[in-house]
Amino acid sequence: MQTATSGDKVGIGDEIGPFTRETGFANWNRYAAVNYEFVPIHMDDEAGRAAGYPTAFGMGNLQWSYLHNALRAWMGDSGRIVSLSCQFRGANTKGMTVTARGVVTGVEKADGAVTATVDVWTEAADGSRLAPGKAVVRFG
Amino acid sequence: MTDSSISAAMRAAVGVELARQVSHPVSASDIRRWALAVYWPEPAPQLFVSEEYARRTVHRGIVAPEEFNPFAWSCAETWTRNPEAVSDPNDPDNTEIQAGVPGPGLTFQLNGGMSVEYGDRMRPGDVITGSRCLGPYTEREGRLGLMLFSTAEETWTNQSGRLVKRTVSTLIRY
Repeated sequence: MQTATSGDKVGIGDEIGPFTRETGFANWNRYAAVNYEFVPIHMDDEAGRAAGYPTAFGMGNLQWSYLHNALRAWMGDSGRIVSLSCQFRGANTKGMTVTARGVVTGVEKADGAVTATVDVWTEAADGSRLAPGKAVVRFG
Repeated sequence: MTDSSISAAMRAAVGVELARQVSHPVSASDIRRWALAVYWPEPAPQLFVSEEYARRTVHRGIVAPEEFNPFAWSCAETWTRNPEAVSDPNDPDNTEIQAGVPGPGLTFQLNGGMSVEYGDRMRPGDVITGSRCLGPYTEREGRLGLMLFSTAEETWTNQSGRLVKRTVSTLIRY
């Protein structure tokens, strides 16, 4: 991954990430503790199965953080996330490896600032997308 | 197709303010803990944990990760549209309970996604005010039957009245 510490280096096709985590209760419990997100489907396999999944599953909000983590690592401290959106389409069940990635799809330069449009997503180990979305990042 | 879960009372409630809350002052420790949790098991970036490092950046001090939640655990002030009701985020009818109308009585709820516009970064000492309004309802057939989609728009401002973020979130219930 190239780190875009300044907007001048940003180009279409630049890759964001990977930010990868093996996921399970060790991640989810830590996140629950800071976001007060103690929901049975995230803490108990039986509750996950009752909801139609093979195990408990991770918070969408934590995948949301992983998307931010990947963007922050790429843009550096001087970049700014203007907007971010995603849809949670696949469950992050216990034991999955989740990776946040992205690719720059557009670059605009105006008034001394560079604005990049980025397709972002989290994916499972087989490449299936769990949470696809879009971001706008500004430099300068 | 199964009967709709969207009642006339639910449709009539679209657009109402559901809740407003004011955070305790954000602390450096709150920010540090959040960053440690979302980056675990790797260390959190210095911008979120080291004042000495953060002072040398464009931010001139520690800022919170953009997605940081200053309302977790407790708030300094909370206003709800329906103060008589017991609000439980784990209850799939919680949205309608807050709106003061009967809920659809579905069993499960999932976070469907969100769209956020960011403004000022949150910093230690900030006091954040959040206002949450009920958005429209839709329904769609899914793998697990008829799914109810509802949205909420939440606007956060800081103590200077400046926008911190505006979020449209989608809740899926079935």
